[in-house]
Amino acid sequence: MTKFTKDHEYITEDGTVGITPYAQEQLGDIVFVELPKVGQKLKAGDEAAVVESVKAASEIYAPASGTVLAINTALTGEPGLINSAPETDGWIFKLALDDAGELDGLMDAAAYADLTK
Amino acid sequence: MAEVPAADLKTVLLDDRHVALGGRMVPFSGYSLPVQYPTGIIAEHKWCREHAGLFDVSHMGPSFLVLDQKSGDGEADHAAIAALIEPLICGDIRGLKPGQVRYTLLLNETGGALDDLMIARPAAEGWGGALYIVVNAGTKDADFQRIAAAAAGQATLNRSDHCALLALQGPEAVEVLRDVIPGAADLSFMHYGSFDFDGSKLVISRSGYTGEDGFEILVDPSHATILFDRLLSDDRVRPIGLGARDSLRLEAGLPLYGHDLDETISPVEAGLNFAVARRRRDAADFPGATRILSELGGVLDRVRVGLFVEGAPAREGAEILDKYGAVIGKVTSGGFSPSLNRAIALGFVPPDKAAPGTPLQVLVRGKPQAAEVTTTPFVPHRYVRKTAK
Repeated sequence: MTKFTKDHEYITEDGTVGITPYAQEQLGDIVFVELPKVGQKLKAGDEAAVVESVKAASEIYAPASGTVLAINTALTGEPGLINSAPETDGWIFKLALDDAGELDGLMDAAAYADLTK
Repeated sequence: MAEVPAADLKTVLLDDRHVALGGRMVPFSGYSLPVQYPTGIIAEHKWCREHAGLFDVSHMGPSFLVLDQKSGDGEADHAAIAALIEPLICGDIRGLKPGQVRYTLLLNETGGALDDLMIARPAAEGWGGALYIVVNAGTKDADFQRIAAAAAGQATLNRSDHCALLALQGPEAVEVLRDVIPGAADLSFMHYGSFDFDGSKLVISRSGYTGEDGFEILVDPSHATILFDRLLSDDRVRPIGLGARDSLRLEAGLPLYGHDLDETISPVEAGLNFAVARRRRDAADFPGATRILSELGGVLDRVRVGLFVEGAPAREGAEILDKYGAVIGKVTSGGFSPSLNRAIALGFVPPDKAAPGTPLQVLVRGKPQAAEVTTTPFVPHRYVRKTAK
């Protein structure tokens, strides 16, 4: 089950991280993405990536602790994928979780929907 | 992330229109204004470069400075009103022809910019002895106070910021406006006039801050909504928010007050030598003349440059480094250019690092990125100048 942070990242069951449709809508057109490095170790809450809209830069935090398994290099040439398909082609990185139990502390879809109401 | 405008924010006359159009309202210079509409900044930006964009800039400071006692001789009255404003600025207002608009700077005693502004001489003979003055939103109260004080006893400053000020910008702006106000299409760049509209008067200048051809229109509160709706009903026109206004003016290489200009920055440092009029240089009769004339003679610590930035946008405040990594200046405006699909910036560097082609670096989130000095505008201006009549 996909989980959500209060900072509007999502993380799927297989550890794929991105930002929510709500977040991309709020940020507006994404023009640049700074990706983490494959193999990088992150603790929950660490700054993992940066997405830049026309107006401003926003940090993307690791929703849980783990090691970066993969990064979405397609975003380098086409950062707008985060706007057009935030939950599919616009994913940002994939984590190998240290402890899948950490996800229990995050919001489920219903709780996140409440947050963004 | 959702912005909730503070309760004490002022709203513009067309606030309900912006909300109805889906504008994302944000606080800016004390006003609640749309930063973008649902299509987003990049689409709005490109639309304005290709068609016509409608901007609500009613937060700015339009005003009229009018002689208390006119002689009735248009030239003499113009000279009299020009003499009241010129001690505050570095432009030649006396030399304006009827209907001409001039970009100039309000300076402090050390030659720093208190604001950049437009001053215009009315075209109509009967309006001799008046000036149309438009200042920036963030500085308008101080500017108006300064101008009113300088003119006290001889002329009165009438604020018009209760009206709506609209900018219609883009290559199709002239044909759109021709359908509504036929006469306005005959204006040349940096000229203005007064035009009838539905029983009201519009003050229209052929000017703007996007680098495109276009118009700025001052409209009475009673007719603001009618005019806005009328312009927007044209398929060639879309509403444009503050976000694209900023990216458009950045591509046009135009300085934004409070960012690329402030009270420490002189017109020469800002690359605005053209705004220091020849007559005023010869007379050395403007605020900060000693510093500014010496800078014009080549004694200069920093100048404004345009930068092409590799990779992530370098935002305001980012340090500029030379190719060896020494800090030499700061970015004052930076972002993404939708037209060029790359990061661009304006900033200040020493004159020996300001030649186009000079390789530099910018520090973004602690990491140096390559940058190169380039000429501005980044995107060519497309102003429409008509031959003098």
